[in-house]
Amino acid sequence: MSKVIDILVVDDEQVVREGVCRVCEASGLTIDAVGDATSGLEKLRKSSYRLVVCDVMLPELDGFHILGAMKKEGMRTPLIMITGCSTLQNAVNALKDGAIDFIPKPFTVEELESGIRRGLRYQELAESAAVPGSRGVSVPGFAKPCPPDCFRLGRLSWVKMEQDGIGLVGVTDLFLQTVSGVKDLQFLGMGRDLVQAAPCATITSQDSLFHEILSPLSGSIVERNEQLPSHITLLEREPYSAGWLYRIVPVNVSFELGNLISCTQDS
Amino acid sequence: MIVQLARKIGFRLIVVVGITAIVTIGIYAYFNIRTQRENLLAEVERHAMQLSETVRNSTRYDMLLNQRERIHIIINDIGSDPAIDEVRVLNKEGKIIYSSRKESIGRMVDKQAESCYACHAADQPLQRLSISQRTRVFRIHPDSARALGIISPIYTEPSCWNAECHAHSRQQQVLGVLDVTFSLADADERIRASALQVGIFAISAILAASLIIAFFVNRWVSRPVEALLDATKQVGAGNLGYTVPDLGKDDIGMLAQSFNTMTMKLSEARMQLFQSDKMASLGRLAAGVAHEINNPLTGVLTYASFLLKRTQNHPELQEDLKVVVRETIRCREIVKSLLDFARQSIPKKSASDINQIVDRAVAVVEHQVSIKGVKIVKALETHLPQVTIDPNQMQQVFVNLIVNAADAMDQPGGVVTVSTKLLQLSPQGTAQVKAAFCPKGHNLITSDFKIEGMPSIRVKARCDGDEGFLMFDPIYGRNHNRFELEIKDRSGIEIACPECGTSLLEEQSTCEKCGGHVLLFSIPSHGEFEVCVKKDCGWQRWAAVDLAGKQEYLEMSVADTGSGISQENLSRIFEPFFTTKGQKGTGLGLAVIWGIIDNHDGTIAVESELGIGTTFRIRLPLRR
Repeated sequence: MSKVIDILVVDDEQVVREGVCRVCEASGLTIDAVGDATSGLEKLRKSSYRLVVCDVMLPELDGFHILGAMKKEGMRTPLIMITGCSTLQNAVNALKDGAIDFIPKPFTVEELESGIRRGLRYQELAESAAVPGSRGVSVPGFAKPCPPDCFRLGRLSWVKMEQDGIGLVGVTDLFLQTVSGVKDLQFLGMGRDLVQAAPCATITSQDSLFHEILSPLSGSIVERNEQLPSHITLLEREPYSAGWLYRIVPVNVSFELGNLISCTQDS
Repeated sequence: MIVQLARKIGFRLIVVVGITAIVTIGIYAYFNIRTQRENLLAEVERHAMQLSETVRNSTRYDMLLNQRERIHIIINDIGSDPAIDEVRVLNKEGKIIYSSRKESIGRMVDKQAESCYACHAADQPLQRLSISQRTRVFRIHPDSARALGIISPIYTEPSCWNAECHAHSRQQQVLGVLDVTFSLADADERIRASALQVGIFAISAILAASLIIAFFVNRWVSRPVEALLDATKQVGAGNLGYTVPDLGKDDIGMLAQSFNTMTMKLSEARMQLFQSDKMASLGRLAAGVAHEINNPLTGVLTYASFLLKRTQNHPELQEDLKVVVRETIRCREIVKSLLDFARQSIPKKSASDINQIVDRAVAVVEHQVSIKGVKIVKALETHLPQVTIDPNQMQQVFVNLIVNAADAMDQPGGVVTVSTKLLQLSPQGTAQVKAAFCPKGHNLITSDFKIEGMPSIRVKARCDGDEGFLMFDPIYGRNHNRFELEIKDRSGIEIACPECGTSLLEEQSTCEKCGGHVLLFSIPSHGEFEVCVKKDCGWQRWAAVDLAGKQEYLEMSVADTGSGISQENLSRIFEPFFTTKGQKGTGLGLAVIWGIIDNHDGTIAVESELGIGTTFRIRLPLRR
C-alpha cells in the first residue's frame, strides 16, 4: 500500500490493454494492466488504485465477478466497465451492480479520456467527502440525491414517470459534478428514438471534453427542454427539476424499469 | 386404368346420364316401333276384310245361280293381284271348290289346318266369328314372307233354301268358307324400314345427349376439379405461392377463390414464422460478429485517434489520420447497427406459466400443421410452478419444434405430442458443465468438438509416446467420452490444459473405483469436478452439485411420429447452417433454439428412431 497508482486496466485483449496504457501514460497517469479477473483482484488487494477500467468478457471470471468481489471485500475503488460484448444489457447490469460508468468498445482516445477523467474526478470527490458507509450502489454524499420518485441508470441519468405514462429524463447531479463544468449541451432531434443505456445527449465540459449521457429508458422523444441550451446553468443548478432534458414515450417500461435503481433510498 | 377412370366424378356423371338416355330413348323407341307395327297390321287387316267382303258379295249372285265358271273367273281375277296370295272357297266338308290356284281345287283341307282352326278348335263348328277370330298371320313355308289369312264364312240365306234347286237345307247354317290370303311381305318391309329409322334416331339421340353432357361435365366439373386437385398437390408440396386460375363465378369458382385466399393467408403466416426464425438467427450471428470485431476495432480506433492527437503539429499526417479515424468510427456505427438488430434477441425474462406459452405456440401453428393432416396433442401437467423465462423466445422454441415435427411427417395422420411436467432429478446425468477451467484460468470447454450437441471438455494427453486429446462428456455422470488415445494405468502419463500445458492431474488422490489417475478442473461458482481418466471406469465426482441434491426441473417435450433422424445427422442437428430440408430451411432454427435454451440455463436433448419418430426434450432448472 505504498504508492497509489492511478488506473488498473483489466482486459484479455492485449491490444486494448496496451492502447489504454499508451493513452493514460501520455496524459501522465500511472497505470497497471492485467489480462484476467483473478489477477486483477489480486492487484486490487495488494496495491491501491484510484480507478479500475474493466472489460466484461474475460477468460474465466468476468467483469461482473470483479464488481461483486470488490463490493464484498469493501473496496471503494470506482470501476468503469468497457465492453465490446454485444448487449446494452451488459451496460445496464454493470451500472446496476455499481460500475460508475460504461464505455462501449471500440472507443476513441477522446471518449476514453473523458470517461477516465470523470472516473478520477469521482474518486477525488468521494475521497474528499469521505462519508463513512457510502459505498455500494447508493449515491455518495457529495452530490444532490435524486428525488425519491425517480429511477436512475447507475449514477448517470434519471427518469421520472409522469401520470400519463410519459417519462421525464435528466442527468444526475453526480454525473454533472464529475464533468467539471458544463460548457455546452447537444440534444438529439425531436421524434428520435432513445435506447436504454445508449447515448442520448452530449455535454461539452469546460476542459473541452465530450461527455455522452446514457439514456435511462428506451422511447421516442416528444419534448425537449428548449430552455437548456440558452440557460445551460439550469442543468447544474436544478438537475432534477428545471434542468430536465427530454419527455419521452417509453416503449417497454415494465421491463426496463427493472434495470434501473429506484431512488427511494437515496436521500 | 378403368378403375382410375371410374373414380373420376366427370366420368361417373357421363355414365349415369348416358344410361338414363339409353333407357328412356330405348323404351320410347321400342313402343314406337310396336305401335307402328300394330297400326300397319290393322290397316292390312281392314283392307283384307273389305276385299274379302267384296269377293263374297260379288260371287254371291253367281253362287246362288250356281254359275261356277263365272265364280272361277272372278276368283282368278282377284287372285291375280300381286298382294293377294290365294283366294279360295271351301265347302262344309273342307274341300276346296274354288281357288285362284288351279292345283288346289278339289283338295281337302284338314280341319286342324290354319283356315279352319278358328271355328273348329273345339271340334264343334261355330257359326259366328268376330273379325279378329277370323284373321290369322302365318308363314306358308318357314322361309317365305308372312301372310295374313282371313276367312269369311258363307252363311245360308232364305234364297238358298228357297231356290228351286234346294241344294242347301234350311238347317245347314254355314255353307262354306271364303278364305283370302294376303302376302305381308310389303307390310313387313315397311315395318322393318320404320324400325330401322327409329333405331337410328334413338342411337343418335343417345350419342348426342351423351356427347353434350360429356362436353359440359368436362367444362363445368372435370376441368375445374382437375385444376383444384393440381393446386392442392402444389400446395401440399410446399408451393404456397400457387394460385388456382379463375374458374368463373359458380360454386367451384367460389371454392377456387376461397382456396386462393386460404393459401395466400397461409403463405403470409409461413413468411412470418420464417422471418422470426431468420431474425432470431441473424440476431445471434450479428451479436457474435460484433463482439469479435469490436476488440480489434478498439485497437485500431484507440491507436489512430491517439496518433491524431499526438501529431497536431504535423498537418500533413493529420488529414490521413482523420480519414482512418473517421472510417473506423464508421465501422463502429455499422457494428452498432448490427447490435441494435441483435438487441431484439436478448432474453427478457419474467416469471411465466409454461403451459400458457405452449397453448399460444400451438395456436400459432395449429392451422399450418393441420393442413398437412397432422394433429397436435397436448399433455400438460396442471399446477406447474412459474418459471423465469422469456415468454416470447420460449414460444418461438415451441413453434419451431412443432413445425419441424410436422415437417418430419410425410403422410397425413401424424401426431405431434407436446407435454410439460415437473421433474426431480439427481445431478448425475442432468447437470451440465458449461465452463471448466485449468488452474491458470483457461476454459477447457470447446465447441470444436461436441458430444450429443453439447460442447465437450477437452484436455491434452500424452501416454507411452502417443499424444492426443481426451474429450469428456459435459453431462455429469453420463460418460459419453471420446478419447483419441488410450490411457494405460501406469505412471508416465501427462494430462494438461491444451492452451497453457498446466497439468490437470490430481497428485494426492486416486480414483475411488479403480485406483487410477484423476483429473481435476474448477467449475466457476460450482466447486471442482473430478474425473477418472480410464476409459472403462467412468468414475466422476462433482461435490458441489452432489451436495445440492436433487433439483427440480420443468421438462417439456415435443414428440412426433415422423420419419426419424439418422444417427449421423442426430449429432449435427444443433449446428448452425446444418439442414436436411434443402432450400426450404436455413439450418438455423435448431441452433437458435439451442442458444435460447442455453441462455435459460436449460438443456435440450433429442432422441430419434428411424421410421418411428423423434422426441426433443427440454429441461429448465427451477430455482425457488
